[in-house]
Amino acid sequence: MCKMQAYLDNAATTRVDPVVVELMDKIYKEDYGNPSSLHKMGFAAEQYVVDALNVFSGKLKWKRKNVVFTSGGTESNNTAIIGTALFKESRGKHIITSAVEHSSVSEPLNFLEKRGWEVERLSTDDKGCVDPEELREKLRPDTVLTSVMHVNNEIGSIQPVEELGKIIKDKAPECFFHVDDIQGFGKVKLDVKAANVDFLSVSSHKIHGPKGAGLLYFSDRASHIPPLMYGGGQQNGMRSGTLNVPGIAGFAKAAGIMLDSIDENYEKARELKDYFVSEVLKTEDTAVNGGDSASPYIISLLVRGVRAEVLLHALEDRGVYVSAGSACSSHKKHTSDTLKAIGLKDNEAESVIRLSLCRYTEKAELDHALESLNEVIPSLRRFKRR
Amino acid sequence: MRFQAFLLKYAEIGVKGKNRYVFEEALEKQVKIHLNKVGGEFAVSRINGRIYCEAKSDYDYDEVIEELQKVFGVVGICPVTHVEDKSVEGIMEAAVKFVGENYDDKNFTFKVDTRRANKSYPKTSMEVDADVGEALLNAYPEMKVDVHNPEVWLHIELREQVFMYSKIIKGAGGLPLGTNGKGLLLLSGGFDSPVAGYMVSKRGVYIDAIYFNAPPYTSDRAKQKVIDLAKALSKYTGPINLHIINFTDIQMAIYEKCPHDELTIIMRRYMMKIAERIAADTKDCFGLITGESIGQVASQTLKSLFTTDDAVHFPVYRPLIGFDKQEIIDKAEEIGTAEISILPYEDCCTIFVAKHPVTKPNLNVIKKSELNLSDVIDDLLEKAIETDEVIDIRV
Repeated sequence: MCKMQAYLDNAATTRVDPVVVELMDKIYKEDYGNPSSLHKMGFAAEQYVVDALNVFSGKLKWKRKNVVFTSGGTESNNTAIIGTALFKESRGKHIITSAVEHSSVSEPLNFLEKRGWEVERLSTDDKGCVDPEELREKLRPDTVLTSVMHVNNEIGSIQPVEELGKIIKDKAPECFFHVDDIQGFGKVKLDVKAANVDFLSVSSHKIHGPKGAGLLYFSDRASHIPPLMYGGGQQNGMRSGTLNVPGIAGFAKAAGIMLDSIDENYEKARELKDYFVSEVLKTEDTAVNGGDSASPYIISLLVRGVRAEVLLHALEDRGVYVSAGSACSSHKKHTSDTLKAIGLKDNEAESVIRLSLCRYTEKAELDHALESLNEVIPSLRRFKRR
Repeated sequence: MRFQAFLLKYAEIGVKGKNRYVFEEALEKQVKIHLNKVGGEFAVSRINGRIYCEAKSDYDYDEVIEELQKVFGVVGICPVTHVEDKSVEGIMEAAVKFVGENYDDKNFTFKVDTRRANKSYPKTSMEVDADVGEALLNAYPEMKVDVHNPEVWLHIELREQVFMYSKIIKGAGGLPLGTNGKGLLLLSGGFDSPVAGYMVSKRGVYIDAIYFNAPPYTSDRAKQKVIDLAKALSKYTGPINLHIINFTDIQMAIYEKCPHDELTIIMRRYMMKIAERIAADTKDCFGLITGESIGQVASQTLKSLFTTDDAVHFPVYRPLIGFDKQEIIDKAEEIGTAEISILPYEDCCTIFVAKHPVTKPNLNVIKKSELNLSDVIDDLLEKAIETDEVIDIRV
């Protein structure tokens, strides 16, 4: 095993910031009360949740009552989608989404589709971006929800969220607008008010916070959707269940740090990605998906003639950790919808790896990744599956 | 504690000749090993061609039965109730209570069968049969005697202790481990090979296993899957030395130098050669074991098996040779390897496979193709054997 390590799978999950661990450690050991308890241990725990809410209201100008903490991105997406469907059922059953959503959006929509909702999916160009004009055409008086992600998890393409929000307000003002911001929050700026966003899903562990925490921002008019969880009525009844105080506090701490340094981190990631891309394209038969406008934190790399999964394992042997763009195995083969949507053929989609950066990523790690790629690609290209 | 002991019956050992004691001692040893894995203390001894496991503390009934069902050589497990009051009246009373506790519906035919090992007991076995039978008929009028073909056979044994049993739970069968040397199992991640290992081990054979790894074409998860399979298997077969061989370079050489429709068959021949080398270095190991069944895939036609066998001198045992796939999967479910085998990680057999592999390989043609490797293969085989990583699997 090689000594040099390069963790380039930050879109999967990130290292938790040590100050976050420290804060959570204190809560687990000392302030472990239930915020619903009436005594002072409960009160102390409750203060962490209030502080957490203050981070989001302070830095993003969100109202505190417009935030519900969840178990993470998947729950946030499900809450927004299923909640809207139940709430607006009598108004209409037409939903618009894109062809490149994460499964935590596409699967709840598939669930609704099987139960009689009409779901239309916006196509994308070869960079993975939807066309706002297509949305304008598809919006109808009975469209109750439009759900489009901000930053794509596989190729990093950034959707024109603000433009989409304006079109919805203009053409179908009753339609709710949900944005999955799990890969964008704290990394690529987005103003929910300017974009007329009704729901924004955020995950903690993608921004150096703990796993098992996240939030759903919702607009005033969207605050009437029914919850997914029923029980003790915590969080104004929007999400019953004992509050995950260490998770929420750690999440908010991590979010605050990310939001404070969003610009400088973005610049650094931009430089690193530009450098990596210019170097990696020197290798024959490679391409980078998503184009120049994609998020600097995500690099979708097509290495023709090599199976992504094999390349991944070869890189792992050299301490370089990446993801395969398209999961496949001998038993089930699933070509990524996103890679299909940008026009890749099946055999190309099977040759895509994803490298994803974070604010800790150093140039030396990328150099090590480049070196490793150059080392393994030629030998892997000797073997082609027939 | 409803049952104070378990009486274990064995079949084939009974007919063995002068070395019968070897089998009995091996079985007693295996029973002790298995009972050591469960909570509770047991005293294990041999009585009259059976094994008697007397509980010396509280235990979990289901756990003990499940463990005893993993002991090869045991055909039946009888939960035994001790009789405290050894007088005939005491036995009659105990029998009534025994039937009351163990049978909700008393509408069945029965027979009492007493064995008097303690010859000083004041009544003969026939007299005890009659007395107990009468007591039961008085207590439960719906019961009927049938001495020829009873539904329930109530056994009473008069020894230093007096005990009774009526139920026989099916055991694993076969012969006790340690009575038949060792075999080396070619273990992949699929359904077949673990079942093949089980079948051979059931005949009293210890198992070691060999797995061919092909990083980076196969992942750590695929390797872990094989380790987990070996662990599941070792619940029956006892400790397994699992050999993990890096096969990538040989695979690449075959891929680059041999016709692609012959890849699998040539690959299997070299796997067998390596397995034979490992087997030859393993104490008491006298055969290779594979999970092949005729015609399942291209490499398992008779002609392919003939070509594979030609690569080695060791006998190759294929206990699944006449099994259908579903029969294999059913057995895998029964022994608990199916849920591991079904995980989707690729092994080297599935990655390096031609679209249309030869189904009727000609040995001479294959050998000729292998000549393309002649300048490198000896070296590659040595290097592959050097990568042997041995994992001690025991549960």
